[in-house]
Amino acid sequence: MPLISDDVAAQLREEFQGLLNPVRLVVFSQALADPEAAQVKRLVEELGALDPRLSVETANFVLDKQRVEALSIARIPAVAILDAEEDYGIRFYGVPSGYEFGTLVEAILDVSRGDSGLADETRAALSELPRPVHLQVFSTPT
Amino acid sequence: MRLAFRFALESDKITADGVEVTSFPDLARRYRISSVPKTVVGEGLEFVGALPESQLLQQVQQAAAAEPGTIT
Repeated sequence: MPLISDDVAAQLREEFQGLLNPVRLVVFSQALADPEAAQVKRLVEELGALDPRLSVETANFVLDKQRVEALSIARIPAVAILDAEEDYGIRFYGVPSGYEFGTLVEAILDVSRGDSGLADETRAALSELPRPVHLQVFSTPT
Repeated sequence: MRLAFRFALESDKITADGVEVTSFPDLARRYRISSVPKTVVGEGLEFVGALPESQLLQQVQQAAAAEPGTIT
């Protein structure tokens, strides 16, 4: 039985009409040892199957050290959301369920469009940041 | 969470993790997560709830202006 129901899949296919450029979803898991990671992998694979502009890659957190380091993956389950060429540093850790599933979908759409949608003043201010800043937003399932 | 992702999309100086914290009790303890959404900005700034874009920007600017390790 799929994790994404037929109704939700139909709705997502419609939303993904708004995709512009290809998006890569890289799922890090260690499926045999972690049922939660296996669930995320399955969910993202189902998501990726909804539109040809989405591609899903899977990596083993323990064995694929090169990719873990390249994408700075800290823990699993993890999903890195990238476009064809660029890594924007956007990661989702844990199971994207409930409201946060929608956030993941929105992030995919934003990355595909390559447009943050932020105000001009915000864009200008961010372009002048003197050093890197890491944001962590914690949520719980809703 | 979406706003943090948008900040990361806009700036190569920003990285953003969305964390469903029930999967990571160690992080819940480390960052004292009792209410969500909780955002940790850089090494030490944090707030609970959703901030508008301009206020998140202020937090990011404050974190970026501080020398590493100086925000407590």
